[in-house]
Amino acid sequence: MAKDEISGKEFKWIGTTPDRPDGLDKVTGRARYGADFNLPNMLYAAVVRSPHAHARIVKIDASKALALKGVKAVVTRADLPTGLTGEDLYLQENTLAGEKALYDGHAVAAVAATSQLLAHDAAQLIEVEYEVLPHVTDVDKAMAKDAPVILPGCADHSVPEGSAPNVARMIEFGRGDLAAGYAEADLVREGHYTTEATHQGYIEPHAAVGQMGSDGKGEMWVCTQGQWYIRKMCSAVLGTDPAQLRVTPSEIGGGFGGKTTIFMEPLPLALSKKAGGRPVKLVMSRAEVLRATGPTASASMDVKMGMKRDGTITGAEVNFRMQGGPFPGASPVGEALSCAFACYDIANLNHVGWEVLANRPKCAAYRAPGSPMAAYAVESLVDELCRELDLDPIEVRLKNGVKEGVRASYGPKFKKIGLAETLEAAKAHPNYAAPLGPNQGRGVASGFWFNHGGETSVSLAVSEDGTAQVSVGTPDIGGSRASIALMAAETLGIAYENVRVNIVETGALGVNEPTHGSRATFASGKAMWEAAQGAIKEMCKRAAQKWDIDPEAVTWKDGAAWPAGDNAGKFEPLSIKEIAGEMGKTGGPISGHHESTPSGAGPSFGTHVVDVEVDPETGRVTVLRYLVTQDAGRAIHPQYVEGQYQGGAAQGIGWALNEGYIYGEDGRLQNTVFLDYRVPVASDLPMIDTVIVEVPNPGHPFGVRGVGETGITPPLPAIANAIHAATGARLRALPMNPPAVLAAIKAKG
Amino acid sequence: MSKIHVQATVNGDSVEFLADPRETLLDCLRDHLDLTGAKEGCGTGDCGACSVMLNGRLVSSCLVLGVEAEGAEISTIEGMADGNELHPLQRKFIEHAALQCGFCTPGFLVAAKALLEKNPDPSESEIRFWLAGNLCRCTGYDKIVRAVQDAAAEMRGAA
Ligand code: FES
Ligand code: FES
Repeated sequence: MAKDEISGKEFKWIGTTPDRPDGLDKVTGRARYGADFNLPNMLYAAVVRSPHAHARIVKIDASKALALKGVKAVVTRADLPTGLTGEDLYLQENTLAGEKALYDGHAVAAVAATSQLLAHDAAQLIEVEYEVLPHVTDVDKAMAKDAPVILPGCADHSVPEGSAPNVARMIEFGRGDLAAGYAEADLVREGHYTTEATHQGYIEPHAAVGQMGSDGKGEMWVCTQGQWYIRKMCSAVLGTDPAQLRVTPSEIGGGFGGKTTIFMEPLPLALSKKAGGRPVKLVMSRAEVLRATGPTASASMDVKMGMKRDGTITGAEVNFRMQGGPFPGASPVGEALSCAFACYDIANLNHVGWEVLANRPKCAAYRAPGSPMAAYAVESLVDELCRELDLDPIEVRLKNGVKEGVRASYGPKFKKIGLAETLEAAKAHPNYAAPLGPNQGRGVASGFWFNHGGETSVSLAVSEDGTAQVSVGTPDIGGSRASIALMAAETLGIAYENVRVNIVETGALGVNEPTHGSRATFASGKAMWEAAQGAIKEMCKRAAQKWDIDPEAVTWKDGAAWPAGDNAGKFEPLSIKEIAGEMGKTGGPISGHHESTPSGAGPSFGTHVVDVEVDPETGRVTVLRYLVTQDAGRAIHPQYVEGQYQGGAAQGIGWALNEGYIYGEDGRLQNTVFLDYRVPVASDLPMIDTVIVEVPNPGHPFGVRGVGETGITPPLPAIANAIHAATGARLRALPMNPPAVLAAIKAKG
Repeated sequence: MSKIHVQATVNGDSVEFLADPRETLLDCLRDHLDLTGAKEGCGTGDCGACSVMLNGRLVSSCLVLGVEAEGAEISTIEGMADGNELHPLQRKFIEHAALQCGFCTPGFLVAAKALLEKNPDPSESEIRFWLAGNLCRCTGYDKIVRAVQDAAAEMRGAA
C-alpha cells in the first residue's frame, strides 16, 4: 500500500486499481461520443475543401447547391465577421479560407441539408474558381529567400532584417561560453536531423452538433479536450458573445493535443444561424482529419555537442527550423528548444529556433509538442558521442543528468525531479541485460516534459446520503474520472464507489483549460482537494454546532467529524452520512469549490530502452523488447499510468518507424487514409514493459505529476540508437521505414 | 435515389429500415436503428471500429452496404452482454484497463469475441495478428492483448 510521505499515513485508495467509473458504458457501446449525438429537426453539414496547396479564390458559386430541395444554408468566409487580428484571425482563416486557400484540404465553404447524403451532393455542386499559386511544403525550402510568400508581413519583431519571407519568429537563448565549452571537450560532433510531420491519429474524427439562433445564443455538443476553449474560439471566429454559447463535451475518442483547438467547430453554428436556428451536425471523414486537422510540425535540426573522455558534456547548441503550417504561432519550435537539453546539466549552451510558414495544415499540439523532435536530434547525437568514446549511455546520462537544485537549460531551477531514478530503474531492469542475437541492437534515450497547471475550476457537492459528486471541466481521455474519484475518496474518507465524477458543460463551472499539458489529474485533482477541504470545513462546523463546541475543536478523519482532542469534549464521531442526512435542517447544502491556476506541476522525466532486430535484406525493423521507466510523482491509478506510458511509447514507435505526411510535387497530401498513413497495429508491437518511478511532486497534495506526454519523446531517438547498434547505420531522418533503413545500411557499405 | 426496404435480425431482434443504396451498414445501424456502439474511425476498412458480425462473419460494417443486410443475422456490441451479465471479454477489458478513450473498444470486443469463438486458446501472436485490423491509438495494445488472454483463459476454465 502506498504511503503519504508528508503525513506518513497509509493511503487507503491512492495507488489502488479499481474499475473505472465509466467502464461499463464504454464496453457496452453506450458511451456517447461526438458523432453519437442527434437532435430533433437536425440538419447535416458537409465541407468544400481546396484541392490546391496554395490558390487565390476567385469566385464561389453556390447557386446550384442552394437550388436543391432540402439544402438549407451555405456559408463562406463572406458570412463571418471581419476585423479580427492575431490568433483569432488565424483561427477564422483556418475555419474558412478568405482570399487564398493555404493548404490542400483548407475549408472554403460549408453546406447544411436535410440529410448527410444530400449535404455531400450539395457540396459537390458548389463551384469554386481558383487561381493556382506556387506553393511550398518543405520546411527548408519554405525558409529560402525566394520561396512563395504565404502570408506577407508574417514576421514579428524577433525576426532579423533581411530574413526569408516565411520566417515568422526567431528565438535565441543560452548561457555560458560555448567556445570555451568545446575547447574543454575531447570530442566535438555535430549532426543534421529531420523529422516529418505526423498526425495525432485519434481514432474518433472531429464531430459536433451546433445550434445558434439569430440572437447569437447557442449550444454545442462536441468531442473536445476543452469545452471552454471551443467556446472562446468559436465565439471569436463568429463574433458572438462566449457567455451565450453553452458547450457540452461528449465522450472523447482520443485527442493527444489535437482536440484542444478548433478546426470545423464554428461551421455548424454558422450554418445553424443561417438556417433559422435548426441544429446542424458536422462529422469529419478520416481524410478530412488527416488533410485539415492536427498535425505536428516537420523539422530540420542541427545539433552540436562537446564531451570529455569521462562523459562530461561541456557545451551544446541547437539550431531548429520547424514549420507549423500557414499561420504564425502554431509551430512548437519554442517548446522544442526548451526541451532539447532539459535532461542535461550543461554549463555552456545555445539555442536558436526558427518558426517557418508552409502550405500545410495549421499545426496543433501533439503530445509533448516539440519535445520528440528535439529529443530525436539531441539524444541521437549523445548516443554517437557515447559510442565514439566507448561509454555506457545510461552512465553518461546519470553523470550529466539534471537533479534537484540544478538550473534547467530553459531557465528555472528544478525542484524535486526523478530523472536519475528512471535511469537507475532502466539499468536495473532485466531488459537492459537481455542477451542480443545477430542483427539485433539496443538503444537508450531519455525524455522530458514540463507539465502544466492551467486555469482550473472544480466543485464538490455532498449528497443527502453522504456520497459526493465532483464536477470537473477536464474531459476524461484516459481514466481521469477514476483518478479524481480515488483522490476524492481518499480526501473525504469515503468509498471510491461513493464518488461520482462528472465532466460538465461550460455553464456549470468557471473557466477550465482543456485536458492538455498532462494536467487533468494534477490540476483538477489539486482543485478537487481544495474544494473537498471547503466541504470538510463545513461538515466540521455542522458537527461543532450539534456538539455546541468551537468549530476549531473539530477534526475530520476517516469520513467523520471527531472532537479534536480530549479538551474538545467527549462525543461520538459524526459520519459524513449522518451530517449529510441532516444538512437540510442544519444550514443547507454542503459543498466546496475551488478556482485557481495552480503552479507546481512538476516535470516528468522518462528513460526508454528498446531492442530491435533489423532485417538486413529488407531494412524492416522489428521491435523485440520495449521498456519505459518514468516518474509519475505518485501513481493514483497505476494501471492508467502504465497505459499512458505504453500509449506514448506506441505513438513514438509509429513516428520513428512508419508515420509521416507525404506531399506530392503538387502540394497535395498523398496519404489521407489509415492504409497509407499507417499507425502501429497490434502485430507491430511487443508487450511494453513499464516501471513507474515515484518521486512525489511537492506541488501536489498527493505528489502527482502529469504522466501523459513524456512517453512519446524517447522512442524516436531510442529506436534510431538501437538501429545503429544493430547495423552500424545511423539514421538521421524520420521515418526510419524499410527503404530508408536499407538505404542507410547500403550507404555504410 | 429511392430507398430500399431492408429486413434483418440485429442482436436477435427483427428490424426493418429504409436504406439509401449508398448508405453503408454502419450508417444504417447508427442512423436508422440508433445502434451507435459501432463507430466510424475511417470509413475505409482500416480501423475496425465499426466491426460487427454479419451472418457469423466478422466484417467492417463501413465496407458493407446497408441493402446487403437483407435477411441477414447481425450482432453488434449492444448485443454482447447477456442483459446485465457482461461477456467475459467486456469484464476483462475493464479489469485490465484495456481502454483509455474507449472509442476503439466496441470494435476490439466484437473482433476478439470472433477470435475466441474460432480459437479458444490463441497465442499472443495469434491475438496480435487477428486484432491487427483494429486500430487503437491510446493503449499500445499491451493491456488489450492481456485482457483477451485472460478472458480466453477464464472461458476455457468455464467451459
Ligand atoms: S470505420 Fe470501418 S474499418 Fe474504420
Ligand atoms: S482506447 Fe482510445 S483508441 Fe483505443
